Parts: sequence; C-alpha cells; structure tokens
Amino acid sequence: MDQLPALSRVFAYLSLLTIGGGMAAFPEMKVLVVDVHHWLTSDQLTHVYSTGQMSPGPNMMMVAEVGQLVSGPLGAVVCALAFFVPTGILTFLVGRLWKRLEHWPWRDSIQKGLGPVAIGLAVGGLITFGKTAITFVNGALFGWITLALGILTFIAVVRTKVNPVWFILGGAAVGFFALR
Amino acid sequence: MTTAQATAPPGKALRAKVSPPTIFLTFLQIGAISFGGGVVAYLRDGLVRKKQWFDDVEFLEMTSISNTLPGLNATNMAILAGDRLAGWPGAAAALTGMCLPAFVFMTAAGMVYAQAHSRPLANAALRGVAAAATGLIAATWFKIGKTSLHGFYDAFFVMAAILGINYFKWGVPITLLAVGAVAIFTYRPHTVPEEPAQEQAEWISSLH
Repeated sequence: MDQLPALSRVFAYLSLLTIGGGMAAFPEMKVLVVDVHHWLTSDQLTHVYSTGQMSPGPNMMMVAEVGQLVSGPLGAVVCALAFFVPTGILTFLVGRLWKRLEHWPWRDSIQKGLGPVAIGLAVGGLITFGKTAITFVNGALFGWITLALGILTFIAVVRTKVNPVWFILGGAAVGFFALR
Repeated sequence: MTTAQATAPPGKALRAKVSPPTIFLTFLQIGAISFGGGVVAYLRDGLVRKKQWFDDVEFLEMTSISNTLPGLNATNMAILAGDRLAGWPGAAAALTGMCLPAFVFMTAAGMVYAQAHSRPLANAALRGVAAAATGLIAATWFKIGKTSLHGFYDAFFVMAAILGINYFKWGVPITLLAVGAVAIFTYRPHTVPEEPAQEQAEWISSLH
C-alpha cells in the first residue's frame, strides 16, 4: 500500500519515454523497478514484460502486472492509470493542435527526426531486454536453446503471416520441456 | 487533405451518428482480439475497412501523430480516433475500451505469476516465452526499420541512440533529448526533402 505513490510516479514518468513504443522505456524501467525500488528481480521483470507480448491490446499493460505483484489489484489500477492517462491527455491535446500546426515548418522536422531515434531507442531497449532473456548464466545448454528460440521466432515472424502469439506460445512449450 | 475532401470519403457520412457507447464497444472488441501485437493493423481493419469511420488518408495522419508522441500506438490511436468521432467523451470511451481487456489479462497474469513464480516449471515456460518475445520484438522493429529508414542520417541516428543506451549508458531521457535534438535540427525546415507519398502507401500496405 505504501508503494502506491512511488508506483504512480515511476510509471507516469516512464510513459513519457515511450516514443515510438514501450520498448524505448525498458532500460529506464529496469533501472527503476529492479535497481532503485527492488520491486522485482531482473528475471521477474523480463518474465512480466514477455507476458505482455501475449496480451491483446496495448502490450505495455504489463505495467498493471507489475502493480499487481507489488501492491495487489489497487497497485494494478494505479500503474495502469499512471502509465496511460497523462500521456493520453497529452496525445488528446496535441491531436487537436495538429491541424493548426500544419504550416509550422518544424512539424515535419520533428516527425522526420524522431522516427530513427525511436527505432534506435527500441533496439537499445531490446538489447537490454535480450541480455536477460537470451543468456548463458544458467548454463551453455540454456543459452543455446534461448538463442535458437529467439532466432527462429525472428525468422518466422519476418517470413510468415502467422499470428506471432503462436510463436510465443511455442516458446512457452519449448521452455516448459527444455529450460527446466 | 484537399483530395480527401474532394472525394468525400464514405466515413464522413457515417461518422455523424457515432456515440461514445458504440465507440467503447468497437474499441473493446479490437482491444480483446488484437493478440500478437500490431494493433495498428487491427485498428485499420476495424475502423477503415469494416466501420468506414475513416479513410486511409486520415488514418495515416493519425498514425503519424501517434508515432511522434509518447504513449503507445494502440492507445494514442484510440484517443485520436475517439476524439474525431465524438470529442473528449469519444476519446475516453475509446481509450477505456482499448485498455480494459489487456488490463484484465495482465492483472490475472499477475495473480497467477505471484502463485507460480517460485515453481520451476512456470519459470521454465517463461524463459521460453522471453526468448521467443526477443525474436518477435526484433522482427517487429526490423520490419518497421526496413520500410521507414532512408539514407545515411537515419542510420546514423539509429546507431547513436543504440550506443547512447547500451554503450555510453546515458540513460533513456538523456539519449532521447540529445540524439532527438540533433536529429530534429538535422532535418530542420528547408533541408527536408519532400516526403515521398509512395513510402507512406507502402507502409499502409505492409499492414497485412
């Protein structure tokens, strides 16, 4: 219960960093959730973030799972509101301004400039994430299996039109039998 | 937008009658079925193709706004579309509908995980999920990068952001502000080449 103010502060702040998507905020989330507040271990955060990839809708609703684990259902509500409402209001206001900014020459510059930065931040976040997801710390066998799972999923998603949630569930099945 | 007005998209006529409860239910449905990421593709299918509330031009404009702002594509798009359909009550209805199924899903996942995370089999399955999720997220960004990155400067800013996060350890805010500022300045007005419309059309067609 006493964690609620900290949860709302942390997730409202993190939401402002999600330019282009949630992965951009992952490195900062890891610092705050794991190192600063000790709410979860690094492995737990990776598990929770991965579970978000199986969810319908916005996959960053994984913040509600963090809240649930730290403070129960109230924590889940607080995290979800903190993460989605402030940036939501910002989007609402900018959405209304957008038309009026049509002839503001910097509008295109901002879009053009932030595009590649958003991709770089996401890849940077993915590297941080991948270091705990694909790892040899639990032995070479686990390392190679996780690496193979990552590469095979990458190829399958790029090359096929199958809904990726099946590959994630496939990963769960492989893990269940091979990563004990 | 002049072309859109000239051709009078069917959406404009249907749109007048949309009420916040209808918006809520529509987004609730999209929020409940959009497994596997790529919510924008589900939104386009629901809002442009099925409901015909928007044409592709307006839909594309909303995606470009939501890409530039903080917040997720799924929720930003819900807010922008809801506002255009029924003002702020529409935006609130769309956001709530989009988020509710995921909220229930993730809160339930938290309850299960709290019981199960000390059990080795649950951890084993989640190790597999995490490894596959890494591949999925990499593939998602690979596809986005392939269609949206052009030229030396784009590649440079991608590399700069990656190095800022993973090598120099500047942290996300500093990297975003520093690399973002340089990138926006590089693409400052009068140096920006005309955005090829074809590139945006390709992007829309890449959404299945």
